[in-house]
Amino acid sequence: MKYVDEFRDGELARVLAERIARAVQPGRSYRFMEFCGGHTHAISRYGVTDLLPATIEMVHGPGCPVCVLPIGRIDNAIALALEHGAILCTYADTMRVPASGRSSLMRAKAEGADIRMVYSAADALRIARENSAREVVFFAIGFETTTPPTAIAILEAERAGLANFSVFCNHVLTPAAIANILESPQVRDIGTVPLDGFVGPAHVSCVIGSQPYEYFAEEYAKPVVIAGFEPLDVMQAVLMLVEQVNDGRHEVENEFTRAVTREGNTKAKVLVAEVFELRRSFEWRGLGEVPYSALRIKGRYGRFDAERRFGIVYRSVADNKACECGAILRGAKRPKDCKVFGTVCTPENPLGSCMVSSEGACAAYYTYGRFRDRRAA
Amino acid sequence: MSAVKKDYVRPIDFKGGRVDMSHGAGGRAMAQLIDELFLAAFDNEWLRHLNDQACFAVPTGRMVMATDSHVVSPLFFPGGDIGCLAVHGTINDVAMSGATPLYLSATFILEEGFPLADLQRIVESMAAASQAARVPVVTGDTKVVEKGKGDGVFITTTGVGIVPEGVDVSGDRARPGDKVLVSGTLGDHGVAIMSFRENLEFETTIRSDTAALHELVACMVDAVPGIRCLRDPTRGGLAATLNEFARQSRVGFRIRERDVPVKPEVNAACELLGLDPLNVANEGKLVAICPPGDAERLLAAMRAHPLGADAAIIGEAVEDPHRFVQMETGLGGARIVDWLAGEQLPRIC
Repeated sequence: MKYVDEFRDGELARVLAERIARAVQPGRSYRFMEFCGGHTHAISRYGVTDLLPATIEMVHGPGCPVCVLPIGRIDNAIALALEHGAILCTYADTMRVPASGRSSLMRAKAEGADIRMVYSAADALRIARENSAREVVFFAIGFETTTPPTAIAILEAERAGLANFSVFCNHVLTPAAIANILESPQVRDIGTVPLDGFVGPAHVSCVIGSQPYEYFAEEYAKPVVIAGFEPLDVMQAVLMLVEQVNDGRHEVENEFTRAVTREGNTKAKVLVAEVFELRRSFEWRGLGEVPYSALRIKGRYGRFDAERRFGIVYRSVADNKACECGAILRGAKRPKDCKVFGTVCTPENPLGSCMVSSEGACAAYYTYGRFRDRRAA
Repeated sequence: MSAVKKDYVRPIDFKGGRVDMSHGAGGRAMAQLIDELFLAAFDNEWLRHLNDQACFAVPTGRMVMATDSHVVSPLFFPGGDIGCLAVHGTINDVAMSGATPLYLSATFILEEGFPLADLQRIVESMAAASQAARVPVVTGDTKVVEKGKGDGVFITTTGVGIVPEGVDVSGDRARPGDKVLVSGTLGDHGVAIMSFRENLEFETTIRSDTAALHELVACMVDAVPGIRCLRDPTRGGLAATLNEFARQSRVGFRIRERDVPVKPEVNAACELLGLDPLNVANEGKLVAICPPGDAERLLAAMRAHPLGADAAIIGEAVEDPHRFVQMETGLGGARIVDWLAGEQLPRIC
């Protein structure tokens, strides 16, 4: 596959692995957080950790849009379909995220809710056009990458005068989440979660650019290397991070220059600013309430806002006590530190959200990497 | 001279007609549909008796029986349709025991309102597949359900076959050290179906690999009678088949990503859709496991057959109390090849 295989080449990987092995300093350990679920998935799927020295630990971050959705938001989505009778259009990943009372979108669908899996916001628009007598709600989730398409859907709905289409907006913001992790006492004060640097988001950065990370590098003295989602991208970024740590530097570097600029995608940013505004606060699974960390639909597009349209009230619901998703999303624990990992909680019967999406730390580790536990044992 | 007029029956309108409830009601309309469509297409000595069952001589030895229901959507897809798929699917299930398939039965559940032209196309495709495979459909049944209670047509086929002497193929016979072979490129069927889904149309030249594999199996069994396991990796793909073998045989597997044949265009489509080709369905491929000393001979026998031209040895069975299927990635790392969680694609076969 052209333009992809080049970034998965085994020979190049070996060369990079040797360079990384030479770069790490003896007696020093390196702990890097890959913020994005896309990186988590690539690391697990291609077995990148097998090629890294034992002194480099990759810590999975909260950048999985499905994983950070709190139970209460899934409950809201189910209510839209079951109580308000709307056709709920959703990305497939959210179907199995646990909701209250052992429910999920998939179980609600089996109970008769009209829930349809879509590949894009545009699919939801099409369903709205085809079902003009029904309310159609798009369950919008995701970081800055999926936000512009939702904005386009709303603008298109307005242009076409679609009266039966609305969006249940759960779009969240990457910089706010990184700041939250860096501000957490474990990282900042106590140092129980030492982080030596970040592998910065790939697709998110295509939209927002590399500029927003400059603040973190400066304020928290942590290096950030923006990297593509291919395994060689990740390895190259790790090498760049190791070099920064060795040199005592904390800069924003861009490994993903083939797609990311400092400014990002101006057109997309304008679209998002036209339709969305900051929420005062939003609850994240794992991180709790994070101020100014999510978007909502502006008042002038209020009729496309499912929360306003159906009077949705958010109610926070505590996670299952045994589930460690919260600590895992903050990088404070690893999947195998969770008592229910691989026992009560599996991809077929997820207890926590990290076990649902293929980008979730637990699902990635379960699906691709759990044989390593056996080796260690 | 008799006053009874000679029957005149208006022929079925296969151009514009539709299935209605009378086609399953046991009356003349049903008899006519059977005569003009099913009997005409499948014509053979057993059906000509017009009985509700087929009577045939039973050969000595071990017989196998397999059944498979087909609910694929869309009904027509690049490289095939539900009709030939229903024939190939069951022939393959029978053949994966090492058996020679002998006879098929076919059951149709039709939805009221289904265009007769489509039904005719499907039945003719089935008949062609059955004739090409030389495995006749010897008995069958038709039911009609009300509109909204089906999805056009569902087809269930059942097959019987006979296992040659000295052949003992079963999913629980893999031993550590055995070699794993596949008969060709993986993921073609699943991607072909996906490319045709209404909400997912993308342009591709990929066609379903749907095919009857019994003749390939016959060549393989001939070359290496000691083949231990055979299975066609349909839903869940290669990943599911190897995990099934691992569980049944109480072994693990190690495969090498760079040896697993996948067409570049299938890889690209999977990349785009976020799928793993190892999880994607096939309808004309098989996975074989044999003792290490037989592997090269088996590979040569497979490659000598058109349906095994791209066959490859992709790995081996290993001792593993955890029954993990592991893969050395192209990058040089290792990972698990796990069962598919949840549903990747509904109704692909």
